[in-house]
Amino acid sequence: MRPRSDADAAATDVLLSVEGVTLTFGGVTAINDVSFDIRKGEIRAIIGPNGAGKTSMLNVINGFYTPQRGRLTFKGEARTKMRPYEAARGGIARTFQNVALFKGMSALDNIMTGRSLKMRRGLFWQLLRHGPAMTEEIGHRRKVEEIIDFLEIAHIRRVQVGRLPYGLQKRVELGRALAMEPDLLLLDEPMAGMNLEEKEDMSRFIIDVNQEFGTTIALIEHDMGVVMDLSDRVVVLDYGRKIADGTPDRVKNNQAVIDAYLGVAH
Amino acid sequence: MATDACARGDTFPKLLIRNAAVRGDRPAIRHKDLGIWQTWTWREVLEEVRAFALGLDRLGLARGQTLAIIGNNRPRLYWSMAAAQALGAVPVPIYADSVAEEMAYVLEHAEVAVAVVQDQEQVDKLLSIFHRLPRLTCVIYDEPRGLREYDHSRLKAFAAVQQIGRERLAKESDAAAFWDQAVAAGSGSDLAIILYTSGTTGQPKGVMLTHENVIVSAANGNAFDQLGETEEVIAYLPLAWVGDHIFSYAQSYTAGFCVNCPESPETVVEDRREIGTTYAFAPPRIYENLLTLTMVRMEDASRLKRGMFHFFVDHARRWGEKILNREPVPWHARLLYALGDVLVYAPLKNRFGLSRIRVAYTAGEAIGPEIFRFYRSLGINLKQLYGQTEASVYITAQPDGEIHADTVGKPNLDVEVKIAETGEVLFRSPGVFAGYYKDPAKTAEVKTPDGWVRTGDAGFFDPNSGHLKIIDRAKDVGRLNDGTLFAPKYIENKLKFYPNIKEAVAFGDKRDFVCALLNIDLTAVGSWAERHNVVYGSYQELAGHPLVYDMIERHVAAVNRSLAEEGVMAGAQIRRFLILHKELDADDGELTRTMKVRRGLIAERYAPLVRALYDGAKEADIATEVTFEDGRKGTIAARVSIRDMALVPAPAPAMEKAA
Repeated sequence: MRPRSDADAAATDVLLSVEGVTLTFGGVTAINDVSFDIRKGEIRAIIGPNGAGKTSMLNVINGFYTPQRGRLTFKGEARTKMRPYEAARGGIARTFQNVALFKGMSALDNIMTGRSLKMRRGLFWQLLRHGPAMTEEIGHRRKVEEIIDFLEIAHIRRVQVGRLPYGLQKRVELGRALAMEPDLLLLDEPMAGMNLEEKEDMSRFIIDVNQEFGTTIALIEHDMGVVMDLSDRVVVLDYGRKIADGTPDRVKNNQAVIDAYLGVAH
Repeated sequence: MATDACARGDTFPKLLIRNAAVRGDRPAIRHKDLGIWQTWTWREVLEEVRAFALGLDRLGLARGQTLAIIGNNRPRLYWSMAAAQALGAVPVPIYADSVAEEMAYVLEHAEVAVAVVQDQEQVDKLLSIFHRLPRLTCVIYDEPRGLREYDHSRLKAFAAVQQIGRERLAKESDAAAFWDQAVAAGSGSDLAIILYTSGTTGQPKGVMLTHENVIVSAANGNAFDQLGETEEVIAYLPLAWVGDHIFSYAQSYTAGFCVNCPESPETVVEDRREIGTTYAFAPPRIYENLLTLTMVRMEDASRLKRGMFHFFVDHARRWGEKILNREPVPWHARLLYALGDVLVYAPLKNRFGLSRIRVAYTAGEAIGPEIFRFYRSLGINLKQLYGQTEASVYITAQPDGEIHADTVGKPNLDVEVKIAETGEVLFRSPGVFAGYYKDPAKTAEVKTPDGWVRTGDAGFFDPNSGHLKIIDRAKDVGRLNDGTLFAPKYIENKLKFYPNIKEAVAFGDKRDFVCALLNIDLTAVGSWAERHNVVYGSYQELAGHPLVYDMIERHVAAVNRSLAEEGVMAGAQIRRFLILHKELDADDGELTRTMKVRRGLIAERYAPLVRALYDGAKEADIATEVTFEDGRKGTIAARVSIRDMALVPAPAPAMEKAA
């Protein structure tokens, strides 16, 4: 396995920092004064029991929710309010807990949609399908084919996504996120509902994405074994609060974490 | 033809140079990469191979050493073979799906110095056994993915090795001359390849083949089927299997045709369709899978399409083979067949990727006659072939127009075949292997002093067609008390080709006559019962039903007739049979997990029935223990009746007409 270089990463390498973020829905506080950072090139896991606020946190990061308090700094720029498409344009891509693909389209077309933000030519040229738009499309297709090769899904290139087994749909979704060539990739439970073999495959793809493309990854995951193997650093949420932050080993032995998972009277 | 090929090039590197000169701009190999077919011409392949060979030389690969090749069918892995051969080293392809432990045995036994592998998966396997292989100095990988952070002291990228070679060509004035000399130093009697056969018992044996063995066999194969430089084949079978080595390497180099490497093992069907292969080779299960897939899809098709499919497929079944064999066929049948071709056969062949097929072979094991005829009836020239690693594949093959579902054809060009006293098939040919690597004792067991090789298979020449028929492994073949040849699997297979018969166990070795225990197929017989108003409450009741017995008796009679036509087997007709009251089951240990019958155990468990078969009783009682799905044990008792069969006189041309 690769050498871990997380401990000595300099503070200047921070890609995204979350400071004092609080998110409430009416009277419910989903996230309560949480701060942590994600460093460039690392795999960062966000874990916690059900309802801890993990998915809310991802939604805050990619601009789907706007927190009531707190500050996000992405690539050195502070932002308080951002729409998801702005986040996407800024280099944040994500996958969803429940696969969110265009079921009637082929795997190839689904991944191609990930390139839409990168299309330079307008609708007119694209409809014409000739000249500069064609050249551009060939370039995008090449990139998408590289991703298809990378994720080993060449055999389902032309298959309608809705007909694919769940594990493969997850892979196509990852492919679409990768097609955006993101700086930060958010994965919401990439292994949910998978069997052991599929989990192993997915883990390998996540590590390979991180290594080969240098993509920074933040992931939510329930399978502790997977989290401990994959991630460089782990942040633990419980009832919307951060209760631990650090390397997998350190977090694993943290009493607050053990209590949160085993359930202790609050 | 054979000697001709040698004169033009007696080693593969020489053939490569010849091809680059004669047809330099023709495609030699393709690989679908990133969704696009990439093509290399013969001239380009020569350049790639030369660069890699010069790099390998710099890494220290010397004449006589061995180079392992592990991975899927990729151009670079095929180029590694030619590069190693150019240096006088011997390539040793290894099954890519072997686990590290199995690889360790072959790598150790073959004393491998350099390994060329496909990807990280294979690199990981080799690294895990590296410490046990002191001779292995370098591992070269094709795909760099995931390997960036690995320790590269003994690991090299394929491109990096080629780079060494290219720099040598650019900087060293004598590098090109070195290549020429290295190739010129090789001769036809040099070892070309060592292929490890995945022996079913004991450790694998390394079959050594010389350049001459492989080249002459391949060239004869080309001549047999008139294969030229315009053929297109798809390479997807394991590199370590002699079939792939002959079809995707040797025949391509000798005939000059193009080999296509699929994008991945999962995309073969689609890739084959895109290429439109003209020459194909596959074990029966590939054809079976294609057909099953089609049938399942047809069930989901609209009624009109389904009706059309069945109508025209039935028509093809009746006339298609006759048309393919150029037999006289009435004009209206031809016309309807032509219509069927437009509507059904051509689209179907396109689906299979067989639109342009000229010659397709099936080999390895017996193919069901129904499946075989189905493909032929569509106008696909599917033929059977019998071969072995020790023969550089070709022993017998079916010539065009002489096709039978149950033979493996006539001896190939330059091949002599004879049948030993014991029924074992022996052959002698220019393709006969040099020996087993580091195992002269085994070599002597198989190869007679005068050059004949024992195949281990029992067979006979069919008196009508003059074709060879393989009946069983020689060690499984027994004799009746009167000395008649008894091949249980051959008889059982004939019975099992009827969908109503699921399993069959034939007895006869050291007995007076042949008897059989049969299992009915519940699905097939069940639907037959529905159509014939046969009422039954359980498997046992259905199995014992007199009407079912009558129907099965007709099948057994047909098998006896077909045995009678075959001279040698005429004495081994089924005299008595019974239908078992329960299904033979792997859970009860009666079948292996791969669904092969355990003859010995069945003979023991059903001893009262077997005894009754031979003592002339009309019925017998039996109680057997069974294991239910949930693991509980129980006993099934039954009274099973026995049927006597009339034997068919041996030469029976009249009987055939009567049937």
